[in-house]
Order: sequence, then C-alpha cells, then structure tokens
Amino acid sequence: MFGRFGGNGRVAAGKVVEALTDYIVPSILLVVSLIALRKQENSYDLLLSGAADGLKLLITLIPTLVLLLTAVTMLRVSGAMEIISSFLAPIFRFVGIPPETAMLVLIRPISGSAALAVGADLMAQYGVDSQIGRTVAVMLGSTETTFYTISVYFGAAGIKKTRYTLPAALFADFVGFFMASLTVRLFMQ
Amino acid sequence: MVMSCIWTAILTVSLLSAALLGNMSALSAGVLQGAQSGITLALAMGGSICLWTGVGHLMNKVGITEMLAKLFRPLLGRIFPSTRSDPVLENHLCSNVCANLLGLGNAATPMGIQAAQRLARGKNGVASDELCRLIVLNTASIQLIPANVAAVRSGLGCATPFDILPAVWITSLCSAGLGVTAAWLLGRLWKR
Repeated sequence: MFGRFGGNGRVAAGKVVEALTDYIVPSILLVVSLIALRKQENSYDLLLSGAADGLKLLITLIPTLVLLLTAVTMLRVSGAMEIISSFLAPIFRFVGIPPETAMLVLIRPISGSAALAVGADLMAQYGVDSQIGRTVAVMLGSTETTFYTISVYFGAAGIKKTRYTLPAALFADFVGFFMASLTVRLFMQ
Repeated sequence: MVMSCIWTAILTVSLLSAALLGNMSALSAGVLQGAQSGITLALAMGGSICLWTGVGHLMNKVGITEMLAKLFRPLLGRIFPSTRSDPVLENHLCSNVCANLLGLGNAATPMGIQAAQRLARGKNGVASDELCRLIVLNTASIQLIPANVAAVRSGLGCATPFDILPAVWITSLCSAGLGVTAAWLLGRLWKR
C-alpha cells in the first residue's frame, strides 16, 4: 500500500538533503569546541567529565534494558504482539500509521525505557533501514513519555486540577505518530 | 509497583498466547535471547551515549543554552504572555525549552519544574492555561539531535544513523505546534 515515489526530482532532492544531514553532527562537534575555545573553557576536560556521566547513565540503564527486552521478546515470540497488532491493525491503517508499530505507539506515552526496548526490537526485526524501522526511529526521536512528564510537573507544582492538559498532550503524541509515518513515507524509501 | 504489575501482566499474556499458539519452545528460548539483547543493545549504544552526554555537558557549560534562549525569547513571549512581566519566569522557561532542544533532559527538567511552580503560584491547585501549554510543550518532545535513537540505529548496523533528522524535525515541529494550538483552543472552551 505504500507506493514508491520514483520521480527523478524527488530522488535528487532526497540526495541533497541526505548530503546536508551528513554535515550536521560533525559541524555541531566543531562549532561547540570553537565556542568553548573562544570562551577559554577547557573543552576537552568538560567533554571527559560529561562522558563519565554518560557512562554512569549507561550503567543505570543496562538492568532496565535487560528486563524490558526480555519482556518485549517474550511478547513477540509468544505471538501475543502479533495478536495485539492484528487486532488494532484496522484502526492504525485507517489513520495512516503502520500497524506493525502498534506496540510502540501504545507504550511510548507510558514508559521511555520500555519504548526504547520495543523500538530497538522492531528495528532489529524489520531492519533499521526498512520503512518500519525508520518510522519507529522517527517516532522515538520526536515523542516523549507523556504520562511521566505530566505527573512530574504537576506533582512538583502541586496541581490537582489538570484541566485539558492530558487530552492536549495525547493529541500532540498522536500528531507525532502520524507525522512520523507520513514523513518517512514521503522522504525516505 | 506499577512496573511490577506491567511485568507480571506481560509474563501472563506471553505464557497464555504461547500455550494457545504452540509457541512455548520459542518463548522459553526467547527469555534468554531477550536478556542478552538488552546487554547487546546497551553496549552498542554505549559509545554514542557517552560522547553525547559529554557534548551536552560542554554545550551547557559554554552557554549555548543561553544563546539559543535569546533566539526563542520573542516566540515564547507570545505563547506565555506572563513571561513579559516576570523575567525570572522567562529565564526558567527559555532555559527549559532550549535545554530540551539540545537534548539535555537533566538540565531541562529542573528548569521546567521551577517555571511550573512559578506559574502555579496562587492558583489553588488549578492548572492555568499557560501551565497547560508549558506541559504540552514538554510532552511533545522538541529535540534537534535525537542522540539515543541514532545510537540504537548505529548499534543495529545502520550506515547513516542521522538520515532521520529532517523527518524528526518536521514531526516534532508539527506535534509541538499542533499540541500547543490544541491546548490554546481547549483553553477557550474549558470551564475552570
């Protein structure tokens, strides 16, 4: 159902965008270091201490990833995930989101690390460069753990009446899932 | 406690479906495969996480968050009118949005919470329109470089892990923009 966009113009435009995005990450590294030099900050030491913090973060993340990937793999190989996905498939097809991503869409607003586990499992299963794999990556990169964020902010601010925040935030999530599917279908493949 | 319930529910559902569909041997092997892929994934994205946490730390110390904040001040003034009369709130809000933009979650949350507490002052526990918008903006992630996702992709053998950037930007912009618009519309309809 997802037709290929074979026009030459689109392919050329895609190549240009691809070439430009290749510049982004190396340029950010250079620009940040140049600004640090101009401000006479010790960029190498700051990078080192930040990287050490990253390692601590990684170590706290490992047990979570092990448990969650165990759970996600069990859901997948038992066939439960397929049952859930095929049950939801008509709704997902209707709104234009690939039904294979159903599990991710369901879990993303609830738990960030579970979403990462589900996403990584889907990317490995369908291939990182497949349409599903890319849609999953864009979904993960452009949405947040909505319920967690809301509870942290309202808890800290002492708010009891949240009014329309949850519906508006869930609507933003839905737009994110929908646009992730659409942009990947249009720009990639 | 919530996670314990989710974990038990997942185990129950998996066991029942495997028994019904005759996938029990796959399930039994899947337990160990899943646990191992947790470690494999963590190691595969470890390098990128360390590097990007380092870059984020440097960006924060060098003051790139403040530079970005200057750029976004006019736009944020429109979404949050009370920042115009409250410079402290303006500062917290701009830092929150810009730290999110740079992917510095650890720096963004305390700033956002301080802004939220300031917005909640004297409202007797009822969320104001601006507070609702702040939270919608925070739940619709706006991130320039989604480093963790790129790390997962590169860990799974992707040759161009950052080629999703344009799609991520357009998607984030739409979800944040439409989310705040929806909040603004609901704010006019909703009774306090």
